[in-house]
Amino acid sequence: MDLENQKRVKDFADEYGAENLVVVLGAAEGEAAGLAAETVTAGDPTFAGPLTGVQLGLTVYHVCEPEMKEEFDEAVYDEQVSMMEMVLDVDDIVSEMSSIRDEFCKYL
Amino acid sequence: MPGQDAIPFDMKKRKVVNKTMNSVIKGASYVLAHTPQMVVYNGTTQTTERIVNPESEYLKELESHLRSYEECVNYWPNQVYIGNATPDDLAGVEFPYYDKAKEGAERYGKYGEIMPEEEFILLVQACDQFEVVKIDKDFVSAHKDAFAADPIITDDIVARVEAGVELAEIEAAVKDEHAEGIYVAGKLVACVKRAHDIDVNLSAHVMHENLMSKASSVLALLYGVKNAGISKDDIEYVIDCAEEACGDMNQRGGGNFAKAAAEIAGLNNATGSDSRGFCAGPSHALIEAAALVKSGAYKCVAVTAGGCTAKLGMNGKDHVKKGLPILEDCLAGFCVILSENDGENPEINLDILGRHTVGTGSAPQNVIGSLVADPLERAGLKITDIDKFSPEMQNPDITKPAGAGDVPMANYKMIAALAVKRGELDRKELASFSANHGLTGWAPTQGHIPSGVPYIGFAREDILAGKIKNAMIIGKGSLFLGRMTNLFDGVSFVIQANTKAEAEGTSGVSEEEVKGLIAKAMKDFAASLIAE
Repeated sequence: MDLENQKRVKDFADEYGAENLVVVLGAAEGEAAGLAAETVTAGDPTFAGPLTGVQLGLTVYHVCEPEMKEEFDEAVYDEQVSMMEMVLDVDDIVSEMSSIRDEFCKYL
Repeated sequence: MPGQDAIPFDMKKRKVVNKTMNSVIKGASYVLAHTPQMVVYNGTTQTTERIVNPESEYLKELESHLRSYEECVNYWPNQVYIGNATPDDLAGVEFPYYDKAKEGAERYGKYGEIMPEEEFILLVQACDQFEVVKIDKDFVSAHKDAFAADPIITDDIVARVEAGVELAEIEAAVKDEHAEGIYVAGKLVACVKRAHDIDVNLSAHVMHENLMSKASSVLALLYGVKNAGISKDDIEYVIDCAEEACGDMNQRGGGNFAKAAAEIAGLNNATGSDSRGFCAGPSHALIEAAALVKSGAYKCVAVTAGGCTAKLGMNGKDHVKKGLPILEDCLAGFCVILSENDGENPEINLDILGRHTVGTGSAPQNVIGSLVADPLERAGLKITDIDKFSPEMQNPDITKPAGAGDVPMANYKMIAALAVKRGELDRKELASFSANHGLTGWAPTQGHIPSGVPYIGFAREDILAGKIKNAMIIGKGSLFLGRMTNLFDGVSFVIQANTKAEAEGTSGVSEEEVKGLIAKAMKDFAASLIAE
């Protein structure tokens, strides 16, 4: 995850409390989504950014996961996300995200 | 306008057709400079690691993953980049590519070359106008003959190479004056000194980065002129669309790489300017260049870009972790020459321009819609009317191990999905769309370099050969990285077969016909007077 984005996530967690934060990802691959999810839960796995060694345990979803889709207005989802839903390997993303959440998320 | 009504209709049309003739792609060049040691010392992944984690395993292992020059030349995607193989050939190579050498691979290709690090260092010094580049004299004498033997390097450029200095002088500059070291095989051989004592915009680091960009742009310009079959003096304007900025503390991005590179390349009749837009830069620049030529402002414009040292080894950590060589070990450059319509070469059709506007939004659906579907719809075309799409042509060998997937393939899937949503493609054809309308990625991940433009050379040839009738070039840019806006960006354009003959055919007038029409009009007018 971009170092600046890591900093922003950390700042938001400090400001609003980690329990009040949900990170929504839009990565195009299961692996990339998993890495970003790991970064905001267990800490930066590349040991490069501000989240290195910081286990925020944030709640994190990919926008194509069913739990997220339910939260959207159907028309907005169709306009903004449905095309990507057709393109992405949603099953792979769901499995990556679920395993990271099960292991590291502190607020579910 | 009332006065113009007297002009016979066909004449007016002819005038309009001539005035609005599209520019043509006269030629294109693609060059690489193999710079493995700059991966170690100048790539930001490595320089960042050295600051935050100086004892890391990655830094210890890095050197053993660097490729030799021969390995770099034999690498399939590099051979495609310089034109010794086609994207179709690459599609036939079993993935991954890094463990397969292309048989008969060569340094020189029809679009450019892969220059070795030693010679590139001499080119960099030849591009330096402020005596900031200092090379060890033994190094110069060891490699100057090889540099001079490169057919594209002109005598005036060779003459710019200085005899060099004592190594001790270079060592002292690096140790005591913050000079940026240049290394070959782990040994200090040269340096770039700072160009100002306190101005960070002229620091050794920035000068190094900018000179590398300039030198690779010069190489691209030289091949661009050669491949277009024109004289250097034909070029009237140069647009540089790389991602670096040159200037001083009072004008950080004042410029101008374009004119600086044109000077060394010997384009004496040219002026120029820099155009920026992150990775979308080249597509913006090409549209601007096409408009400049079409408007008649300049007859011949070169769009050029050099490479980016910061991005060397960008995904190196993943490559090393997975036991791969460091694949991002080349600075890349390209040049596209646009000229007035010659009735032969493929044109840039300025009537079909896609643009991601301020109001478009950043969802991929909106982005692809604005860049692909919308401009085609405005021109009465469907997505399937375009034979080949060239979006971000990143080499998947580099991006896949880093978890970023196959970028061109992801783009084709998005374009296909949009076509399905619009009812222009059957859902069953989703999978075959990429094979029919797409290309396998081969370009190095140098930001602006893979962005749409790597296909222009092949597209020109494929259209000339009648293999395809058109291609869409798509450039996208992540503006938010500059922290000035959260917006995304992108523009697209269509290259098509030359329409000059067709346009003149439909206007249906030769000089004789015009004379005939005038004579007839005057005869009719006289007859009407007599009748009165």
